Amino acid sequence: MKKKEVIEMVDFAVTARKYKTQLTNKYKNRKVWVNPNPYEIQSSIPGTVISIAVNEGDLVKEGDHLLILEAMKMQNRIQMPFTARIKKINVSPGDKVPKDTLMIELEAEGEE
Amino acid sequence: MTLKKNILALRQKKAQVQLGGGEKAIEKQVAMGKMTARDRILNLLDANSFHEYDMFVEHEERNFGMDSKELAGDGVITGTGTIKGAPVCIYAQDFTVMGGSLGLKHARKITKIMDHALKMKMPCIGINDSGGARIQEGIGALAGYGEIFYRNTMASGVIPQISVILGPCAGGAVYSPALTDFVFVVENISKMFITGPNVIETVLGEKISQEDLGGARVHAEITGNAHFYAQTEMECLDQIKELISLIPHSNQEKAARIEPKKPKIRKNIENIIPADPKQPYDVRDIIYTLSDDSKFLEVQELWAPNIVIGFGRMNGETIGFVANQPMYLAGVLDCDASDKAARFIRFCDAFNIPILTLEDMPGYLPGVDQEHAGVIRHGAKLLYAYSEATVPKITVILRKAYGGGYIAMNSRHLGADFMFAWPGAEIAVMGPEGAANIIFRKEIMEAEDQDAMRQQKVQEYIEKFANPFVAASKGYIDAVIEPKETRELVLHALEVSKNKDDHRPYKKHGVPPF
Repeated sequence: MKKKEVIEMVDFAVTARKYKTQLTNKYKNRKVWVNPNPYEIQSSIPGTVISIAVNEGDLVKEGDHLLILEAMKMQNRIQMPFTARIKKINVSPGDKVPKDTLMIELEAEGEE
Repeated sequence: MTLKKNILALRQKKAQVQLGGGEKAIEKQVAMGKMTARDRILNLLDANSFHEYDMFVEHEERNFGMDSKELAGDGVITGTGTIKGAPVCIYAQDFTVMGGSLGLKHARKITKIMDHALKMKMPCIGINDSGGARIQEGIGALAGYGEIFYRNTMASGVIPQISVILGPCAGGAVYSPALTDFVFVVENISKMFITGPNVIETVLGEKISQEDLGGARVHAEITGNAHFYAQTEMECLDQIKELISLIPHSNQEKAARIEPKKPKIRKNIENIIPADPKQPYDVRDIIYTLSDDSKFLEVQELWAPNIVIGFGRMNGETIGFVANQPMYLAGVLDCDASDKAARFIRFCDAFNIPILTLEDMPGYLPGVDQEHAGVIRHGAKLLYAYSEATVPKITVILRKAYGGGYIAMNSRHLGADFMFAWPGAEIAVMGPEGAANIIFRKEIMEAEDQDAMRQQKVQEYIEKFANPFVAASKGYIDAVIEPKETRELVLHALEVSKNKDDHRPYKKHGVPPF
């Protein structure tokens, strides 16, 4: 008999049954789904923040200009998705941001 | 006398070209742990079989000071030779000559040897080691890449095409390997990416090493771009030799038959699979008991290991194995596993290699990431590939065959020629636990002891439905067999499938869910 290395097996549920098996690195490192929060403005593409048109505390109307994110030699105008107040701005002009970076946090317009 | 003088002059001229970029550049190449382009070819091909062409081709660029530059062979060596007697066309980019950069003439040497391979119906092997496009030549370099890609596509499915990445292969250059059938990479030496770490850092501010971005391991395990992964260049060349011996020279031939040997491993096949369907085992142990001499050349071993693909021989002839691997992710089908198996099946079908499918799978991998990654269209590739294939197709159901996975894994319904099942096979619309919970929900809910009732109903379901006999009673399974009969039956099935004649309706080409 060939000596077998000790392999760690985990319980892995496929529908109603749990199987003993190993996980792959790719599976372990997969992105876990989180429900999108409408009050978070994230970068949908990696790029560079060119300018920011709003300040923290501003009440901004739906469709108003928030910031310019340059990506792939294009200047993308990021707009307000709905009327709300700017709670926090996490980026500054010149910042290079990866995809899915939380750039601006919003709050409902009445909140303080 | 003049002839003698001419011969001496020729020898000198050849020796000059054979030195590539010169001794200093060769020293640098060796210091990086790499062989020279010429040594790679000589080590791969049979002794004294290599014959080189287009040694004296020169580039025609006149700008940017290129008019005064002489580039030996324009940075690429091309020729023909044999591997274990099999004829091949080969080219190797020479990194010592201007970084192996690709200009128009360099590309035209490559396309010429590719055209030759296609016309003479033999495999084409490309050894990539190049800094990329020769910037000085501009559009000429881009034209060169395009002409190579076009030929890769024309030759696809006609002759086997092999790419060996033994150095950098970046930018547009990566698409030639991506279009070929098999890509070989070597640890610490192969680097493949569309945009390198410098560009990524400048544009995005993300810092990453070449190795972490597109090293051998990344392509062998994460991206699936590579099919064979080796620690050293010599090991890589041995893998190529083994592969060449297992595949045909073209789609008009069968792979060479060798004298058959019985499997070396005589382990009792019945003892490999645990009785408990939740317990894993290594499906390759089953393959070793079936293949001649217990030999199996696994393809894409590290990527999507939940499905095993590769070549072995049965009765001396090459067979493509496709097997679910319960050892990883319980052997589920997911996006990567479907892509991996589908492309392999299409290779086998294109090159007249019968396919043996060993099935033990619980279904498709559940999860948001899989659904959003497009497991529907990826999974569809597998259905497409099996349905489309006209080579002999044999399936052995070892244990579980549930739901959509049962259909996908070369079922009778997709055109399998022979369907065998072991007596413990569970062929059902879903796992017994899930099915019992749905069918007997009322009984379970109303029972005093719900768990006991559920157990009883699960057992009832297993006895009634989760077995091979329901499918066998409908003719979907041709024979329920004892495990130890498997090799003999598969050999027989292959024997009687020799003259298989299966046709598809006329079409320019299908539109598979790429």
